[in-house]
This record gives sequence, structure tokens and C-alpha cells, in this order.
Amino acid sequence: MSVLCLVELDGADPADVSLRALTLARTLGDSSIGAVVFADSAHVPAVTLADYGVTDVYVIEPGSLDGYAPQAWARTLAGLATETGATAVLAAGTDRGNEVLAHVGAITGLPMAANCTVVTPDGGRTHRLVRHRWAGLLFEDAVMEAPVALFTVATDAVAPVPVVPASVQVHVHKPELAEADLVVRAAESAGRAGGVSLATARVVVGGGRGVGGADGFAPLEELAELLGGVVGVSRVVTSEGWRPHRQQVGQTGTKITPELYLACGISGAIQHIAGCAGAKHIIAINTDPGAPILAHADYAVIGDLHQVIPALVAALRAR
Amino acid sequence: MEILVCIKRVPTVGGRIAVTPDGQEVDTRMSGFSISPHEECAVEEAVQITERAGGSVSVLTLGPEAAIEQLRGALALGAGRAVLLETDGSEFGPIATAAAIAAEVRAHSYDLVLLGNEAADTGDYQVGVRLAHELGWPVATGIKNLSVSPDGIVARREYRGVEEAYELPLPAVITVKEGINLPRYPSLPGRLRAKRAAVERSAPVSAAEGLRKEALRVPASSQHQATVLGHGADAVPELVRVLDELGVLL
Repeated sequence: MSVLCLVELDGADPADVSLRALTLARTLGDSSIGAVVFADSAHVPAVTLADYGVTDVYVIEPGSLDGYAPQAWARTLAGLATETGATAVLAAGTDRGNEVLAHVGAITGLPMAANCTVVTPDGGRTHRLVRHRWAGLLFEDAVMEAPVALFTVATDAVAPVPVVPASVQVHVHKPELAEADLVVRAAESAGRAGGVSLATARVVVGGGRGVGGADGFAPLEELAELLGGVVGVSRVVTSEGWRPHRQQVGQTGTKITPELYLACGISGAIQHIAGCAGAKHIIAINTDPGAPILAHADYAVIGDLHQVIPALVAALRAR
Repeated sequence: MEILVCIKRVPTVGGRIAVTPDGQEVDTRMSGFSISPHEECAVEEAVQITERAGGSVSVLTLGPEAAIEQLRGALALGAGRAVLLETDGSEFGPIATAAAIAAEVRAHSYDLVLLGNEAADTGDYQVGVRLAHELGWPVATGIKNLSVSPDGIVARREYRGVEEAYELPLPAVITVKEGINLPRYPSLPGRLRAKRAAVERSAPVSAAEGLRKEALRVPASSQHQATVLGHGADAVPELVRVLDELGVLL
């Protein structure tokens, strides 16, 4: 019995979201956990993967398939699933993970459950699962009947937990691809240099309507920098054009999982909560003690962010 | 350029979300209905493309008769034709939904089908991809920038701070995300035209799928009331102490 997990890389290491997916994969109780990695085999983080329960690493090298091509990645996973007799194929619920598993579902004609938080084998071809709806504002209890369970793991729901590692075998795999699998492939260009990503930031300083306008964000930027974090914003801020959409935290923006989310001038609409519920701690700064965000925050300062944040920045600089 | 945009009627959830007593649906007694921001942007993108390059926009939804309200909303923004794949209101799974849309696409000659990246309610993240496989067309998902020429499309998105560009031949399926544009508000003439427009109807075929919903529930609440550290700038020393305690100070 084996499961296969698509593992994304973050530089030389497995992406944190993939370690979360592997942590969930271990709960399926299979003896063999295969990690599928698209990378040069010289750079495969086999030791770290073993720390998260991986017993086999299937490496697809650039010579076989160079770069990201969703349908080709899916064809590779589907082929490996057949070869290894996998009973489940999963990935982290990222843009790529959901896209690739959707292709696996379409290729195999099997159902795919996106953004699961719990998956439990229930005998034979049956799995019981819990998955996110409304970006995690609701849970769906569902039953999947399929020879191979296809699913992704919600990126903000399962904490990555290491195990006592077993030995790990690395296999170089050459996928069988059709020409049509390679029609759609990503040409990657250098991103914004050196920035901390919103999705993986340790600290996020959030700004909402209370910031007041496009020119109100400088103190938030300064505070974020002092805390080694980044600025995130609510939907109203991007709809007003005060900040670019890539900074939006929420159901239609980015889901964040920081140690601390400092929500400033954000009322806490439910679509915003969907994006920040994965934060370990939330502190709200808000003029309104009745704002919904206070029902989700651990701590609050009641007051105007335009006074509190500069004072906080000054206090941190004085330390 | 003939474009089909697929939208979905979903409850407008504001401050809270609740489930009906039988656990099967979102409680909509107190809510209105809308389409997701991704889909608002898909409609806008289609209208902008045809304003530049000519052609027309059709809008499609799979849902109950009441979803005509959402079709009219898209007509008011510039879509010229509306198609209702009418259901009795019960949920269609992603496989049946993709098959039903594919049947409509095959009956016409579209160059491009746009969808939102994921439905706001079910969040299945797969209807666009399954539709593309049904049709044998290429697909790109989560797109935040689109340039269309008669030869094809360049679709861009950002992934972990790196921009990805995809070149696709036409016809193609593209799923878009909010942020690709800023949707316009409907004009008065647009609204009047939408009100009078005919809506084509057909009845799609539903089939059981291997993933079956048992119940919906609101997550065991982490709702509580925050500990208030103080008021205004006077609260800063206490705030710094808490930040220190949480281990987030560098």
C-alpha cells in the first residue's frame, strides 16, 4: 500500500506546505510514502523528506521534463500511481497543487477533493474526509469512493510534524508524456527581488479601510520591516486601488499562516477571516471595540492606528 | 473573438455564515446572492477583450431559475447572450458541471472560455481543467493578466513571487483571479437592455460522482473576545511586552 505526494521545492528545501501535506499523508496509514519531486536529483532534499516520513523519492529530472507544465506533471503523477499501485495521490492545496491534481482527476476520470484537512481510509475504496468550503469558513464532511483517492491538503490547516526517519530510496523516474501534455508550460521570469512572500511570512502587518488611503501605508511598511514581516491588506484596500491585489489577504487573495497577524483598521469581514484564520496569533488595532475582528483576535488595542503604530515603531526602535 | 464566461450564483455572506438545520446548505434566509469576485473579473475581462478586438460575450450559469438574476447582472455589464443550464437547485459535482458546460461549448464556436479560478462556495478548483479535458483544449488557471491576439493568448500569473507566463493556442480555457482588472459598474442603458434580454434555457444531466457531500458545518468556533491591552498609544508598552512574549521581536 502506498501513497504519492507531489512535493514542491522552496529553493533547496521542500516547501513548508508540502511538509504539511506529507504530515497528513502519514495519517492514511500506508507503509510507503512516495514524494514526487521535479528537480535535478543532485538537489533533492531526501534527508528532510525522510524526516517527514517519506520512504521513496521519485525524481523527475529537467532532462525528462523541464520547468512547470501542469498537465505533464499530472500525467507523471498518474503514471507513477499506476506503476506503484498507489491508493492515494495528494498535493498541497496551492495554485500548483490544486491545478495539477485537477488535471490528474480529469486524466483518470476520478473525483478530486480540494483543500482537505482530514482524510481517513474507511475500508476498500472508501475514504472519509473533511474539506474546506468557502475558503475554510465552512467544513464539508464527505465520502470519496474511488480506486485512487485524489486530494489536496489545505495549506493553513495541518501543522508540519516530523517523525523518526526511516531509510529513504531515491528513484530517477522518466515519465511517458504525450505532445499535448507539454502545450501549456510556464516561462518563469525573475520575481520581485528579495521580498518576503505574503503566504510564508512570519509576521504580517494588515491594513484595512482604517488606513484611510494609498498614502497611509508608510508606517505599516516601517513596522513590518522592523518585525521582519510584510504588509497584507483587506479587499476594500485593493478594490479602492490603494495597494496592488497581490497584497490582499482573504478568500480571493492570499491565505496566510504567520506567527503573528497584526490587523490594523480591519473590521474583519468573513472573507478576510478566511485568509487570516491560519495565523497563530492575531492582534487587532481598531477604533471600534465591537468590530468583528475582535472575535478572532487574541489581543486588541482599542485606538486609532495612526497614533498607535507610530508609537509602536518608536518603542521598537528605542529597544 | 467569441467568448463564453461561466458564472455561479452563490449566497452573499457578510459578517457570518450559517448552515441549515439539515446541514446540507448555507442558510440563505438573511442573505442576498451574487457571483464571486473572480467571476466578476472574468465578465469584465471578456467585455474588455471584445471592446478591443471585436466579437461577442456569452454568459452561462448552471443553477436554479433564480440564477437568471446573476445572468442579467452580466448582461448589464456588456455580455450579449445568456444561457441558463437549469437545475432544480441541487448541487452538481465538478465532473457533471464540466460535462454540461462542454455540451454548450460544442454547440457553438467559441474561441475562449473564461471561468473564475474557483467557485466561492464549493471551492472545487477543477471545473475549468475538467472542461478543457472534455474539449481537448489547453487550459491555464489562476490567471491575473491576459493578452489576446488572433494567434493565441499569453496568460500570466504570479507564483511565490515569480511571474509565470503561459502561451496558449486558441481555442482555450482560462480561469482568472480577482486583480486581473477592476470591474466596471453597470450603466443604466446596460441594465435596461439586460432586463429585456431573452435567456436561453436547457436542462443539463446530473450524475452521481465519487465524492459525496454528507454535511456542512461551521468549524468549531475559535470565536472568543480579544484581551484588550489598552487604549490608543498608551497601550504600546503592553503591546511590546506581548510581542516579546509571542517571540516575534527580532
